[in-house]
Amino acid sequence: MARQGYDGVVLAAPFTEPYTRFSNETAHWWIARALRGSLRAAGLTPRDIDGFAVASFTLFPDTPVALTQHLGLSPRWLDSVPMGGASGIVALRRAARAVQAGDAEIVACVAGDTNPIDGFRKLLSAFSRFSLDASYPYGYGGPNASFALLMDRYMTEYGASRADFGHIAIAQRDNALRNPHALMKKPLSLDDYLTARPIAEPIALYDCVMPCAGAEAFLVMSEDRARALNLPFARISGTIERHNAFADDPIQLRGGWAVDVDELWQMAGMGPPDMDLVQTYDDYPVISALQFEDLGFCPKGEGAAFLAARDLTITGDLPHNTSGGQLSAGQAGAAGGFIGLTEAIRQVTRTAGPTQVADAARALVSGFGMINFDRGLCSAACVLEAPS
Amino acid sequence: MTPLATLTEALASGRVRVIDLTHTLDPDFPVIVLPAEFGQCARFRMDEVSAYDHRGPAWKWHNLSMSEHTGTHFDAPIHWVTGRDVAKGSTDAIDPAAFVGPVCVIDCAQGAAENEDFILEPAHIAAWEAEHGPIPPGAWVLMRTDWSHRHGAAYLNLKDDGAHSPGPSPAAIRALLARGITGFGTECVGTDAGQAAHFDPPYPAHALLHGAGKYGLQCLRNLDQLPPRGAVLICPPLKIKGGTGSPLRVLALVEETP
Amino acid sequence: MTQPLAPPPKKNPARRTPVPTLPPAIRSRAALGLALAAAQGRFQLQTCTDCGAVQYPPRDACHRCLSTALVWQDQPRGAQLLAETTIHASPDPYFRERLPWRAGTVQLDAGPVALAHIHGDVARGARTRTALMLDRAGQGVLVALPEQETPHMQDDPALRAMGTHPSHRRILITDARAPEAPALTRALLDAGAAHVFLGLAERWRPFPAQPTLEAMKNVTLHPLDVTDADSVIDLAGSIGGKVDILINNARHIRPGGVITGTIHDASDALQKGALGLMRLAHAFGPALSARGADGVNSAAAWVTVLPAQSLAHDPGFAASTAAGAATRALSLSLRAELRAGGIRVLHVHAGPIDDDWHQPLPPPKLAPNALARAIVQGLEQGLEEVHAGDVARDIAERFAQNPALLAREMEGGA
Repeated sequence: MARQGYDGVVLAAPFTEPYTRFSNETAHWWIARALRGSLRAAGLTPRDIDGFAVASFTLFPDTPVALTQHLGLSPRWLDSVPMGGASGIVALRRAARAVQAGDAEIVACVAGDTNPIDGFRKLLSAFSRFSLDASYPYGYGGPNASFALLMDRYMTEYGASRADFGHIAIAQRDNALRNPHALMKKPLSLDDYLTARPIAEPIALYDCVMPCAGAEAFLVMSEDRARALNLPFARISGTIERHNAFADDPIQLRGGWAVDVDELWQMAGMGPPDMDLVQTYDDYPVISALQFEDLGFCPKGEGAAFLAARDLTITGDLPHNTSGGQLSAGQAGAAGGFIGLTEAIRQVTRTAGPTQVADAARALVSGFGMINFDRGLCSAACVLEAPS
Repeated sequence: MTPLATLTEALASGRVRVIDLTHTLDPDFPVIVLPAEFGQCARFRMDEVSAYDHRGPAWKWHNLSMSEHTGTHFDAPIHWVTGRDVAKGSTDAIDPAAFVGPVCVIDCAQGAAENEDFILEPAHIAAWEAEHGPIPPGAWVLMRTDWSHRHGAAYLNLKDDGAHSPGPSPAAIRALLARGITGFGTECVGTDAGQAAHFDPPYPAHALLHGAGKYGLQCLRNLDQLPPRGAVLICPPLKIKGGTGSPLRVLALVEETP
Repeated sequence: MTQPLAPPPKKNPARRTPVPTLPPAIRSRAALGLALAAAQGRFQLQTCTDCGAVQYPPRDACHRCLSTALVWQDQPRGAQLLAETTIHASPDPYFRERLPWRAGTVQLDAGPVALAHIHGDVARGARTRTALMLDRAGQGVLVALPEQETPHMQDDPALRAMGTHPSHRRILITDARAPEAPALTRALLDAGAAHVFLGLAERWRPFPAQPTLEAMKNVTLHPLDVTDADSVIDLAGSIGGKVDILINNARHIRPGGVITGTIHDASDALQKGALGLMRLAHAFGPALSARGADGVNSAAAWVTVLPAQSLAHDPGFAASTAAGAATRALSLSLRAELRAGGIRVLHVHAGPIDDDWHQPLPPPKLAPNALARAIVQGLEQGLEEVHAGDVARDIAERFAQNPALLAREMEGGA
């Protein structure tokens, strides 16, 4: 049986609370800022939302339940989305079905995390049971070394070079230079990339994201409601989600997208060449390459070469991570799972401002999350489309 | 002047001097070593209870543990099987008059220097009496060997065939008993010679002295500072209920020759 | 090729001794099984008793059939190195101080894929021999070693960081009179120990081995009686800051039951065993803990030598084994206390040794040489539990299977 589409449900009011490297504020503070920003953009008040989905790593000891009281919300639909880099798309999927079914009329999806001094180390040191037991004790400063192993294997297996990955990082930095809120402000050259200090070979400094504090939010509602509010909106053409795919692969060289990619394009009624821009989950350039392969842009193992032959900047032939992505704008915890989605909504609603891709109408957003042990377990993707 | 007034005056003026015949109680001081399958003499141990610290802010003190026969010590009659039925044979029951009395010192230092198994014989006692007069009844008799100058392994002088150290022969002990002595003392770890297990009876100082209700002193020192006769020995053991002996401070009062 | 470690230079007395940091120590309950295996030098992983699937990381339910019947079983040690990285930056203070650090992904012959520390002599993509070893935090970690021994392989920075190898270290043996002391001294020197201090109690008693020991290079005898607090404090005051490994082999073994044995022997056994350990810990523990990261010859280990029957009891040696059990319990607590300084506590359970006190017992008995070898091997391999001799191994196996049954069986003696 074919899955039901998402007709009549739209995304609107994307909001990014500008990131900071470190923050003494709490996740509650950051989430409140982003929620308020999104509601203001929509001309709504907290009382107008009846659905609330939250993704955050740093709310402890609170949960989204506590946030309802803390923030004075009374939703009839509440979700906690603990899926890291996939949380934006997963939140979107859940919220869209709730709106479709009438369980909620307006769902605010928010991700936010703070980053106090030493907060990143503390987060990593207790990230998951398998990481506690079997990866963190091996010197793994978080995912750096896990992805170094992946990249090492990828380069050996497919003959990719560091310069190929440098191409991805450099283009994103170009994009970030147009984004006033990006944490990275200086241009990046291939030489800078190749000679950067090693972090976990073959990963070097510019393969890594900068952990920071920040928050992202958007609203999910019916198309009718968006029109009534006079809001620019994006339609959901298709989405997929998969967890713990290919568990027997000794090292992760493909993600769950590869399981469901055909269904994604079938549901969307489009294909990779139809995309005006792509927002991948870019915790490392090699992961972006993986997503282009698994989402059908090129065969397995050719991702790096495929991207190297393209201009990935805002004005290029394949605009990619137009806000600078996590590599150049910063990784604000779970908000890293929203950054591509809020930017894609802005792009197809033509509200992206300085990072706007000309005539952007269709965008692919991909999410990837949760290095539970040696690989990311959650993968998700969605195709967004401007109303015709 | 009363005798005690005379004594205190002499002590104050220095005409009577106090000599300490005692070794320091030290965890590392040797104790007698018996065949390994027998119970052993406990070494002296001090455990600090507090030292002006969180365990007691203004005071320092120790808990002690040791044998009745550790360090310079007193042997009561019930220490030995031959003395087990002696009336008032434990340290708490002994008439305290026995703890103060005249002391005769028989100098065997040269003999012990020449022969580590030197044995005190009746002839040595007779020679001493010929020079210094008879040993008076009630006297303490101490055998000076200068053995207290030895340290460490040389003190016990243990070899594969046992200890080698000076001591009295059975006949010598019998001779002293015949003179009505109160007790007998040595500088070695025991009143008996190191090889006294091979005597008849074995361990005569223990077997004969204690069987006769007499007392022993061992691990004495500074005997070279005592005159052959004329000094007063003070050696009260701790009043231990049923005690077979006790570490103690042994003192001697000695007249200074003007 | 591993660079052989150079003897450390004399310490700069003006520099602060680095405060020991530990690798991440928090583990799930299931993962503690890795430490249990590593403590004994075994390579074990969980196996599903229903479907046979080998699990890693440790789990509470089988990833293949959801059975919760998972047991730890010895596994083949072979593995293939699939990918590797050299870590140059880590937010973890322990690794930050030891960068660069080599780590990788290994495909275990046992089935699962695991992350592991990689020995420097393992070539890219090579076959490896995988070991479970205790790290400085006392947790079991996987280490991919070269398939074949390589020269100076124990000097690899990762192995040195987690191990307790005697080489370049200064070692105190607390009881020179114990039967194994001369052989142990020689074995430690052969293993590269820089110096062996031997504690000698009651120097006023004969000690036939003294001339031999005193004639050995880099060996010194020192007054030490673990039943005397002052003597322990005096020696710690003199050499406490340079004891890198403390081997407490002082123990008092005497035959006798509870009725037939003496309070005196029981007291001596407790004084020399359990309370001796406490006195040594009071005097030497603080400096050991503080020197856990003090360079090449950092403080590394505390060894407690115990009668094998300490795991249960022995009616023929009631007080000695009871004192052994008390010593073991104290030593287990000491293990927890020294953990913070990265100091490993190695228990060496010695079967009945071939000495005067076990003379009427039938064989097998443990030769003093064999006990010495077992202690040194335990240190070389960084173990926490060593069972020396056939009797000790047999008791350990029975203890692991069923402690109550072992206690019943011990009614007839070991």
